[in-house]
Amino acid sequence: MTEALTRVEATPPTPEAIERAWQRVQLARHPQRPRTLDLVPHIFTEFTELHGDRAFGDDAAIVGGPALLDGHPVMVIGHQKGTDTESNILRNFGSPHPEGFRKAQRLLRLADKLGLPVITFLDTAGAFPGPAAEERGQAEAIAASIKLMTGLQVPIVVIVLGEGGSGGALAIGVGDAVLALENSVYSVISPEGCASILWRSRDEARTAAAAMRMTAPEQVELGVVDAVIAEPDEGAHTDHAATARTVKAAILSALRRLTSLDTAELLSTRYARLRGLGAFLDTGAGATHPAETPSLRRRIGRILHLPGVPRRPRWSEIWPSDGTDDENERGA
Amino acid sequence: MPIKFPFSRRAGPSDAWTKCPACDAQVFNRQLERSLRVCPSCGHHFRMSIGERLDLLLDAGSFEERDAGLEAIDRLGFHDDRPYDHRLEASRVKTGLRDALVWGIGRIDGHRVAIAIFDFRFMGGSMGSVVGEKLARCFETALADRIPAVVVSASGGARMQEGTLSLMQLAKTTAPLVRLDQAGIPFIAVLTDPTTGGVLASFASLGDVIVAEPKALIGFAGARVASDTVGEELPTGFQTAEFLLEHGFVDLVVPRTELRMTLARLLRLLPVAAVDDGEPPISGERPWGPLGALSGFAERLGGAVSETIGIEVDAEEVRGNGRPGPPPRPPAAGVDAGTDEEARQ
Repeated sequence: MTEALTRVEATPPTPEAIERAWQRVQLARHPQRPRTLDLVPHIFTEFTELHGDRAFGDDAAIVGGPALLDGHPVMVIGHQKGTDTESNILRNFGSPHPEGFRKAQRLLRLADKLGLPVITFLDTAGAFPGPAAEERGQAEAIAASIKLMTGLQVPIVVIVLGEGGSGGALAIGVGDAVLALENSVYSVISPEGCASILWRSRDEARTAAAAMRMTAPEQVELGVVDAVIAEPDEGAHTDHAATARTVKAAILSALRRLTSLDTAELLSTRYARLRGLGAFLDTGAGATHPAETPSLRRRIGRILHLPGVPRRPRWSEIWPSDGTDDENERGA
Repeated sequence: MPIKFPFSRRAGPSDAWTKCPACDAQVFNRQLERSLRVCPSCGHHFRMSIGERLDLLLDAGSFEERDAGLEAIDRLGFHDDRPYDHRLEASRVKTGLRDALVWGIGRIDGHRVAIAIFDFRFMGGSMGSVVGEKLARCFETALADRIPAVVVSASGGARMQEGTLSLMQLAKTTAPLVRLDQAGIPFIAVLTDPTTGGVLASFASLGDVIVAEPKALIGFAGARVASDTVGEELPTGFQTAEFLLEHGFVDLVVPRTELRMTLARLLRLLPVAAVDDGEPPISGERPWGPLGALSGFAERLGGAVSETIGIEVDAEEVRGNGRPGPPPRPPAAGVDAGTDEEARQ
């Protein structure tokens, strides 16, 4: 299970590692893999889908609404991919527009108001990157969702079902317990996107998938995911009902733990969890100070207030601009 | 070759001229520096280093850098055409920075602020664990000291070389903003060219006021990705500061020459909310309304009455009237220490 992160020195991924990672990506994207709406009827009863963001429209790439979990009301929200061409067009291949995230926000606020625990299912390649999404504030919609979830006063359980793709996944993926199905993946950018930026070729997607360490077990080692949920032998796509049973058991056990916390504990634990994510070193190096009076001309100039001589040392002397606007490097 | 005088020891770019990418004009470097790196002929805003930003925005001599020693580590063992460590080292040499962000405490026109500034030249200003940690500490210090937070962004987004740890920085930098809201502390986001991806999809879109520099590229996905995805022509001026202003996602587009003045004005107009320390608010003079003096009198009278008849006007009730309570405590130091320890392994 712990196949990763034992190696620390950076080397290009081995062919075996690439094969292993890509297998997982393919399973996560398997056309028969259970989607949110495939699992919901097995886990919950009386799920009632609610529609619309009350501002622009309804986004079928995100579904959500109240349901009963063993008789207790909860709020369910998830990405929804299609199963064939027609439904995938309807669902926009599970890539939400801003109104999808705003619908999720509306449901999260309702859960907060009524004290319903929230269960979310992540399964998206990423938020939709088209011009319409940009016009309606894709970035703002994601940011606002993340912010809302970090301060929500009810327990949140997040299940990574298939693909956990970038900000579009995290927008409904901030939680107190983050659990991932064995063959799910979670990444900062799709392997294709990463490959086209860093390897300058989409054909290197397999290599990028291995380099990003996006499989569920690797994510547990990074601390991004808390635990892996085992899948049926051949993968979740072979038995939806069995998958749903283990997912339900995992949700119940997480909720039992979380509902025992009071609101203040819940929020401080969630904050601490997020705050602890990341890896860095504190070298303890002292603050930088602008260089003092580097030349006689400066020193005299400062005393005499000569034009062109700044009276105090300037920050641009230690952190100058090199005059180039570098376009080579990019992030996600 | 630029002519070098033996007595001139100016540090800085060795090439005397820079070509403006917008109007093709050749601009003398020293002139560009004096005009705040704005093209004198067309107004194109060149990118700025962190040092130039500090000189532009902060009162001279007021900036104290914080957490200068934080350094990235390669948790994933990431290797594309070269190891992550080599990329970091190249950027460090190029910029003289440890990572893509510097933060500290300074003053803008006398207003004390917690300010963080990105440098795009350090791996595209990308946000990894160090940038996220510094931003979180910047916001937490703003909370503890009750001073406004200002972030000047210039970033391609999350740093791919740190995988999902970078993605998690979106949540890590956003979580403290909820506490700033509760404590009544303003946060001003300044978006400069370019601000895209995960940085825009987190704190940068969540400023109480969002200010952008003219023509700055601001968007969620790269324009190329967007046009590839939909296979159609993009609208003109797509993903510029002006586009976002028109669509309601930016408050102000401010030329660089007015940026400092604008921030100073915003800080004046949007002060940190007064702290309620349990004392009932002092009914000072009320500048508005003809009944101002009268209502002030009534309040004083009411206070006296409640005192005599022993009604408890306790702190809870006063707080319920819209005044924020004391700020939540910043997280225990143990959380950070744990992270550091983990990082060293």
